[in-house]
Amino acid sequence: MVGIYAELSEGQFKKAVLETASYASQISTNGVTAICVGEPKEGESQKLATYGVQKLIVIKGFSSFDAQTYSKAIANAIQANGIETLIIANTYEGKSIGPRLAVGINAAIATNVISLPNQSNGFVVKRGVFSGKGFAYVQLGAGKKVIALTPNSIDISEKTVELSVETINETPMNSNTNIESTHKAEGKIPLTEAEIVVSAGRGLKGPENWNMVEELADLLGAATACSKPVSDMGWRPHSEHVGQTGITIKPNLYIAIGISGAIQHLAGVSSSKVIVAINKDPEAPFFKAADIGIVGDAFDILPKIIEAAKLTQN
Amino acid sequence: MSVVPDTTTKITFTDNNTKFNSQGVQFIINPYDELSLTKALEIAEKVGGTVTVATVGLADAEPVIRKALAIGANDAIRINAEPVEGMFVAQQLAEIIKNDNYDIVLTGRESIDYNGGQVTGILAELLNWPSVNVCTKMELVDGKMHFERDIDGGRQSVIANLPVIASAQKDLCEPRIPNMKGIMAARTKPLTVKEPVQLELKAHYESFESPSAKQAVRMIDAEQAGQLIDILRNEIKIIA
Ligand SMILES: Cc1cc2nc3c(=O)[nH]c(=O)nc-3n(C[C@H](O)[C@H](O)[C@H](O)COP(=O)(O)OP(=O)(O)OC[C@H]3O[C@@H](n4cnc5c(N)ncnc54)[C@H](O)[C@@H]3O)c2cc1C
Ligand SMILES: Nc1ncnc2c1ncn2[C@@H]1O[C@H](COP(=O)(O)O)[C@@H](O)[C@H]1O
Repeated sequence: MVGIYAELSEGQFKKAVLETASYASQISTNGVTAICVGEPKEGESQKLATYGVQKLIVIKGFSSFDAQTYSKAIANAIQANGIETLIIANTYEGKSIGPRLAVGINAAIATNVISLPNQSNGFVVKRGVFSGKGFAYVQLGAGKKVIALTPNSIDISEKTVELSVETINETPMNSNTNIESTHKAEGKIPLTEAEIVVSAGRGLKGPENWNMVEELADLLGAATACSKPVSDMGWRPHSEHVGQTGITIKPNLYIAIGISGAIQHLAGVSSSKVIVAINKDPEAPFFKAADIGIVGDAFDILPKIIEAAKLTQN
Repeated sequence: MSVVPDTTTKITFTDNNTKFNSQGVQFIINPYDELSLTKALEIAEKVGGTVTVATVGLADAEPVIRKALAIGANDAIRINAEPVEGMFVAQQLAEIIKNDNYDIVLTGRESIDYNGGQVTGILAELLNWPSVNVCTKMELVDGKMHFERDIDGGRQSVIANLPVIASAQKDLCEPRIPNMKGIMAARTKPLTVKEPVQLELKAHYESFESPSAKQAVRMIDAEQAGQLIDILRNEIKIIA
């Protein structure tokens, strides 16, 4: 049996979760079971059924996230339902419980996975290594497996099935952590989930010029990102810093404005499907990594692009 | 603390793409571990206590471990094995931690070589400790650890009882660099070598691949920059 951990965010399943469902139903021969902690909003469970989930186990009784106690409860549900292979989205929450679950159910684990397994000779998955500078093929031994899937790595395909829901009332063990407060940027697309990312570097000269970047991002439905020096200087929050020592992303479209294209920066973004580089220096290394390039001053070019995006929008 | 190739390294593979080619590669302290080391020193200086650095690695990791001692760690333990797989590394580290009374174990968000992001969680579960990942703040206040950590689309403040394991994220602190005095002192600080416990590996790296080379970039004239939108929407069909 193949299972997924269906992470809930304010009662909703993220796209990354639907990707794990689709992944699971493509490799399972006998159905997919999903496990979530907390109650999905009305109609949400049905989304899972659209991607092949036949059974949803809802674990109730938790008031807030704690990696240790969540993992215990999820591991119990995995065992009780005969799940041999668990697919989990490589989100921050997935990263904090996936490795714990692997120990809890005595499984082999591969994180950063970007492909379906090749099962012609064992169980081999492709995963990203060296922060985007390479890939590895990893053979997972016989027995249980945990696969942490990088968001936006596989195509999702619908496969609607009948869904049954089972509820487990847990009495969680006492947690050793206590969440004091949570801040989420309202209405912004989290960088790790974004399909389009507009990113800018030191070429933008100062934080006051980011309104252009944000305007373009809004028009395209994109998240914003930046290079390391930009976040180091406090022009932008560190959570926007992409690269080898920042976040690794693989959106469908990455637009880099006034970023030179240093190897550490490229490491974090080079898996993007389409890369656009805008730089006033024709020799900027980014042009070697880009699909589309524009040489010129960002302060001239961005208004033109924004104008075009506005025009075609209506 | 893991030892990784310098961030400027051009990554290549050898032995028919089955091994990372370490020839001529400069090794460094994993950048996130530089932060956790600095934070550990800050906490120890504030409340008293010592900082031990533990690394699973072969003898060639020692110059980098000495650097950690030069930055200020009191002692170091090297488990003499190739750090092939997260599960293996965490099990080796768990042995060390179980045998001593550590209150706080700090790691990095991930190693920038294999990017497993596994060791923290596996170690926590093996020890049956709470864990808090990707922290941008760590403070010991009245016997409890106060963290701020990144979550998807935001951040969160968390208080944890000891013992606890937590991983460092960028922004945690300014990494310290060794000074002359530290470098001298590091020479005589204890670096104990231990043999690994024997374990069966659950995951094997079969082969590696480099990203495929990009096709030549297609240039758009700056005067016609607005065309970009048309190309992305109607030709490549990547925006709505
Ligand atoms: C250990 C380590 C880790 C690192 N990790 C990362 C990482 O994770 N991510 C990261 O991004 N960097 C990282 N770096 C830093 C990296 O080496 C580069 O210094 C950095 O990416 C450069 O940022 P930048 O391109 O914004 O700035 P710059 O290198 O200053 O480049 C600015 C670019 O803007 C162009 N420009 C200037 N004005 C204009 C204009 N008006 N219009 C258009 N273009 C203009 C210039 O031609 C230039 O190419 C790391 C470095 C080290 C040592
Ligand atoms: N070989 C190792 N020796 C000691 N600690 C390690 C080793 N590998 C990883 N770690 C720790 O675990 C963190 C996460 O690493 P990883 O799971 O490899 O991405 C690192 O930042 C280190 O703190």
